[in-house]
This record gives sequence, C-alpha cells and structure tokens, in this order.
Amino acid sequence: MAVDTPPVLHATGISKFFPGVIALDDVELALYPGEVHALLGENGAGKSTLIKCLTGAYSRDGGTILLDGKPIDPRDPLSSQAAGIGTVYQEVNLLPNLSVAENLYLGRQPRRFGMIDHRRMVRDARAVLAEYGLDLDPARLLSSYSIAIQQIVAIARAVELSGKVLILDEPTASLDRDEVQLMFSVIRRLKARGLAVVFITHFLDQVLELCDRATILRNGCVVGTRRLESVSQTEIVTMMLGRQLEAATKHHDAGPPGKLLLSLRGFARRGAIEPFNLDIHEGEVVGLAGLLGSGRSETCNAIFGAQAADRGTAELRGAPLQIPNPRAAIRHRFALCPEDRKTEGIVGDLSVRENIILSLQARQGWFRPLPRARIEEIAQGYVKALDIRLANLDTPIRLLSGGNQQKALLARWLATEPDFLILDEPTRGIDVGAHAEIIALIERLRAQGMALLVASSEMEELVAYSSRIVVMRDRRQVGELRGEAISPTSIIRAIAAEEEAVA
Amino acid sequence: MIRATIRRILPQLVILALVLGLNFAMFPGFFHLEMHNGRLFGNIIDVLNRGAPVALLSVGMTLVIATRGIDLSVGAVMAITGAVAASVVTEGGSWIMALLAALGAGALCGIWNGFLVAVLRIQPIVATLVLMVAGRGIAQLLTKGAILTFNDPGLIRLGGGTILSVPTPIWIWVTLAVVVGLVVRRTALGLLIEATGINERSARLAGINAKVLLIAVYLVTGLCAALAGIVVTGDIRGADANNAGLWMELDAILAVVIGGNSLLGGRFSITASLLGALIIQSVNSAILLSGMPVEFNLVIKAIIIIAILVIQSPRVKHSIYLLRASSGPVLARRAVAAKGAVGEDHP
Repeated sequence: MAVDTPPVLHATGISKFFPGVIALDDVELALYPGEVHALLGENGAGKSTLIKCLTGAYSRDGGTILLDGKPIDPRDPLSSQAAGIGTVYQEVNLLPNLSVAENLYLGRQPRRFGMIDHRRMVRDARAVLAEYGLDLDPARLLSSYSIAIQQIVAIARAVELSGKVLILDEPTASLDRDEVQLMFSVIRRLKARGLAVVFITHFLDQVLELCDRATILRNGCVVGTRRLESVSQTEIVTMMLGRQLEAATKHHDAGPPGKLLLSLRGFARRGAIEPFNLDIHEGEVVGLAGLLGSGRSETCNAIFGAQAADRGTAELRGAPLQIPNPRAAIRHRFALCPEDRKTEGIVGDLSVRENIILSLQARQGWFRPLPRARIEEIAQGYVKALDIRLANLDTPIRLLSGGNQQKALLARWLATEPDFLILDEPTRGIDVGAHAEIIALIERLRAQGMALLVASSEMEELVAYSSRIVVMRDRRQVGELRGEAISPTSIIRAIAAEEEAVA
Repeated sequence: MIRATIRRILPQLVILALVLGLNFAMFPGFFHLEMHNGRLFGNIIDVLNRGAPVALLSVGMTLVIATRGIDLSVGAVMAITGAVAASVVTEGGSWIMALLAALGAGALCGIWNGFLVAVLRIQPIVATLVLMVAGRGIAQLLTKGAILTFNDPGLIRLGGGTILSVPTPIWIWVTLAVVVGLVVRRTALGLLIEATGINERSARLAGINAKVLLIAVYLVTGLCAALAGIVVTGDIRGADANNAGLWMELDAILAVVIGGNSLLGGRFSITASLLGALIIQSVNSAILLSGMPVEFNLVIKAIIIIAILVIQSPRVKHSIYLLRASSGPVLARRAVAAKGAVGEDHP
C-alpha cells in the first residue's frame, strides 16, 4: 500500500442523527487500495451506523462519499454494490436452500438460448472459488457447508459483484480458530488483488494480525486513524475507551464452595445433549467450556427448561424438582441469560424499564402489577449499579448498544433475586469496557453466595472467574478442571484430546 | 402519562375532527341533538350508535393484533352468537339467558381459536379463517337457514333500546372499552401482551405464560364478538346467519390499523382503535349525508387510510424530526448525545 496513491474510497463529514442521539458526527474514513482497514470502537461507537451510511442501508444526514474520486450517493445497498462497495455481515445473507453456484450467480446467471446454463454456472463457480483457495462442489446446497465456507462464498459474491471495496462486519464472530485462519488467507488474497477491505471485529488480536491501519470511533466521532505497526495494543484500547483499562483479569481466589444447591443426575435431552451429572454449590461459578456446537447452550437450556430435559432427575437443596419450562425454573429462583440476545433476550420495542422488570412481573402474575414507585426504584437502581448507559429509561431497549442491552438483561434477572444464575456467552459481541464490568459482576455475585453456571467460548474469561470448569465435546461432558489445574492450555487440551481429559 | 397518551392518539383525534368537520360542512345540523319520547336523537348519536359493533370488535381485535395475531372469525362469531341468542328467546328463554348463552358461545369460539394458535401453533390468519368460513355454516344450522325473528323486548332493548335516553349499544361499547382498558393497563396484562407480541421467544424465556395469555386474548375477542352479535341481532329483531357481521372483521382490523397499531404486534392503544372505529363510522355518515352513491364509501375509506399511514410512516416521521432539528435545538442535543450512550442498532 502506498499512501501517495489516492484513496479508493474517501468519506468526509458523514453525519447521522437519530431522535435524541447523534449517531455519527463529522466522520472521515479513507480507504486505500490494497489495505485491510480495521474499524474499531466500543459497542455504540457508531461502527455499524457508519457502514450502513456507506452502503446506503441508512440515508446519511450529511457528508460526501468519494469513490475513485467521484462522488456517489448510495440510496440502498444495491446501488452501493453496483458502485463497487460490497458488504458481508456476521449473519450470512445468502440463501441456504440454493446451491453454492446459484448463490454466487443469483441475479446474473449465465444464459444459453435464454435459459440458465447450469453447467457453465457450476464450472465458473468452481473456478471462482478456487481463487479463494476453496475446493468444493458448487452444485451442492449452501447449507451443507460450514458457516466459514458460507462466509467465504458471501465474500466471493460481494467481490465478484463489486470489486473495489469490501466491508466485513464481524465476519469471524462465530468461527473457530482454523476457520479464522482460512478467512484471513482469503482476505490476504483479496488485499494482494488491490481491494480495500474494511474489517470490523471485537477481537483485537485478529486486528493486529491482519490489518494495516485502523480508524477508531468513540461516541460517533473519529478518535484517530493509526498505522497498526506503530501503535501498541494498550494505546488502541485507550483510544477506544477514552480511559486506561485495568490490567488483564487476575486469577480469582475462590473460597470453599457453600452448600449443595442443585444436583442433576443423568440429565439429557434426545438429540441435544447426552446424559450428564452436575452438582452446583452456593457461592461457586461453574464454567462450561467447549467448542461451538459442543452442547454448552443445550446444557444451559435443559437446566432452565427452555428445552426441557426428557431424562434424568434434579434435586434442589435435596428435594426432587421438575423443570418442564422456564416458568417452573423461575419459580425456583433460576435465571438464564441466553446466548442470542436479540431473539431470545431483549423485547426490542419495550422500554429499558419494562425490559428490566419483565421477569419479576411475569413471576408475580399479571393481576399483581408492581407499583410504579417500585418499578422506578428497581430500574434506576440497576441502571446505576451496572452502569447501563442510556438517555432515559423510556428508551426502547433495541436502541441500546450490545453491551448495554446485555447489562439490562442481567438487571432483569438480578431483579428476580435468583439463587442460581445461568449465563450463556455473557460477553459475546460486547465491547471491552462492558466485558470487564460483566466479569467483575460475576465475581461479585459469587462472593455474595449466588451459584452461577457460565458457558463461554473465551478461555481466558472462563479461567478468570470459574471455580470449576466442565469441559464439553460432541454434546457430552468430557472432563472437569478445578483449582490450580485451570488454565487456557489445560482447557484446550481437555477439549482436544480425549485421553487427557481426566476429571 | 396522560400527555404520552394524548400524543399517541393525536393523529386519530385530528383525523376524527376533520371527518366530523366535513360532516358539519355538508350538513350544518350534524351536531344538533334533540329529545323525542325520552330518547336522544342526532347525527352524532347515530355515529356512536351505528359504530357500536365495529367499536366492540376493535377492542378485542386490538389485543389479538398486539400479540402479533389476527382474528378473521369475529364476523362469523357475531352470526353464531346472534343465532344462539335468537334461538334461546324463540324457545321461550329470557333475554338474560339469551345473553349468557351468546357470551358462552362467543367464549367457546375464542377458546377454539386460541387453542389452534397457542397450542397447535397454527398461524393466526389460517387458524381463524377456519371459523370465519365454518362459523356462518354453524349459524345457518342454528337458524335452520331462515332469518330467526323474535319479539322479546329485553333482547330488542340491547340492540335498539335506551338507558337514560342514550341508546343501549353506546353504553355497551363504552362500558366494555373502559373495563377492558382498565384491566389491561391497571394490571400488568398490557405489558405481558406487548412483550409476547414483540418477541414471543424472549417473553417465554422471561417467564411469561404465552400459551395461556394467547388463549385468553382470543377468548376476550370472542366475547367482544358475542356482544357485537347481540347488538346487531337485537337491532334488527332477528338473527340473519348470512348477513350478520358480514365483512365486519375487516372493518375491525381497519379500525385497529387506523388507530396506528402495528399489525406486527407489540405496542397497542385501545383508545386509538376506538377512535379508528368512530372515524370509519363518521366516513360512512359523511357519505350518506352527502347524497353520494354508497359505492364511494370504499374509495374514500382507502384514501383516509393512506393518509393516516403516510402520517405514521417512519420515513415521514424522520424528515419531520430533521426539519425540527435543523431549526435549532440540534446543537443542544449534540451535547446530550455526546454524553449518553449511542445506539448502533437504530431501525
């Protein structure tokens, strides 16, 4: 990349207002051909809004966009795509029920005598995908391939359609380590071809490994653009947060666990999770480790009754217990913060206040409404205690950033004063600041005597707060780590090698 | 609280005022009231009285739509309950028995719809279509294909009588609306309904008994339809299985939509739906008074709906916001926004 070449895309003065909020204020972004440019910032800093303004998904309220020196005014994602800006989102935006080749060529299929030439389409698709280092059968259904492959197909489609600028919005969020490397090799190939790539992610190490430059946003403004070889990780984090982040998490000093709270024997759900035993004590955090699809979420859901177990027994403080549905679990003071915040957690159009009191109110029953003063006390209390940042409590929760949504959901469950709190990926997709706060909160709740079960794919995080770690693979428990044995490497070894997974 | 309510129903109030103004312009005696034989007469009373069936239906329909559902069967349920009430009095039963029997039939119909939707998880539009089609058949079986006429003064009074000089149907729909409104807003029921309509999965995981809630909501709609059926039957002094409540489900849905309630569920306002019902009736009245052919009714209705939807569209709202922002207070807002959190996920 040479800085003296003109930028392929130069956006200046981009502004976007939402009622009561300045989402973007005079933002500048310059992309040069052949660079991978990271867009960094906490949740709510304006990354997604900026992308949506560039692609025309939002109509911007001010600013100019120059593509190859010519002003463009994308009205919708289609027109920006035609102009040369392709976008790939975290959730694959393709049609899983069509073949790979059809997905690649949808809307521009090669024709022969007016009919779609399937044979040529498959042949061309194979050639295109080979350029991306993929050797697969393009005639097969897209859904028969992994998310990583689907992502790469989405990238290939975006590049074939647009070919100047490629925007990747958290493409690696649901990929495992090897898949991330595969994705990176694809991005490096594109970089060598002279594309400008925008890369958005929460993983700083990925940014440092892959990107050339980074633009850092905070509260809708650009804090700065830096060449990554000349800055340290701490410097970037400081720019993102506007303050110095405390040193990385220290190892906990867990006291002895309290009384036995919940005891599960032979708990299982056909097709979801193999039989398992689990004891959970007061004042302990049990970590659930494992790769994607190893059965972490299924375990959480079975215990909470969200997808009720069909075998096994449960005892709560020595008394037998049935958990056929979440209501039963909540009645026994269980709580679950689900993995998928958007579809299973928040009730988007309701206010933050209503979201916070929802579970408490549901447990009380509809005919016993919480008094207004009490609602206000609970909502205000948790907003303060968890540092939920919002304009006011009437704001619909969907307008909050990911981290603040997660904190509001935690508030919803803490308001029910649970004895047993299940957290499924509590820090997924949230920014560094909120991340640290949630980890501190877990530690605080444990110290107060709550029992917690936390499923996470982040090893360091699990190590930081777990009293014990249960390791899962292929929908079954394969080991348990305690005390000094807990470390990221020991978890990885337990996941990877069956013979080493000794309880 | 009251201010927020007024702001919510302001577009409907404005439109109702405009339509009533139009009535007044064409017929200066529109707001004139007079007493005859202890009964209040006047065009405005007519609007409130003739609007009763749709107003009654729109109360229940609002709740069903708030749960992201819809009930196409209410018109047919009106026919069924009317037939039940008429059968009871022609068999010699009292009007109270007829009323209770009709409410029972409406409740059964509602539970049936709720069962299909909540337990069997059939899409509401399909589930209620079953009863929409079958319901008229059931009503015809009850009336044996004829128009079942009766002379029971009690039942006639429910549809055509007066209480304190005001037509009974007005009392019925106002009372129902107040009762349902109070129950929904003074308890947590409204919140739970809205939560279920916005995101049923989240609502279930938060501990809301969505199944029972859905059945209850369809049950209430069935009861509303039963009341509407009785009003219509009492008014014409007979049960007409073919025509009672015909197409009225569409007017009820329209009333809810004019009331600014989203068909995608969630936030709802019963008051706004009632205003919607009155707007529809006022349009009907304006067309009658103008002497225009009745066929114009549908076209004018369509124009009004388009106007309301345009006012409520997010795009128009955003441009209005921008217009206001550019005229000054935006700088103050900037300072506030810079301090507060900035969402990434605006619609």
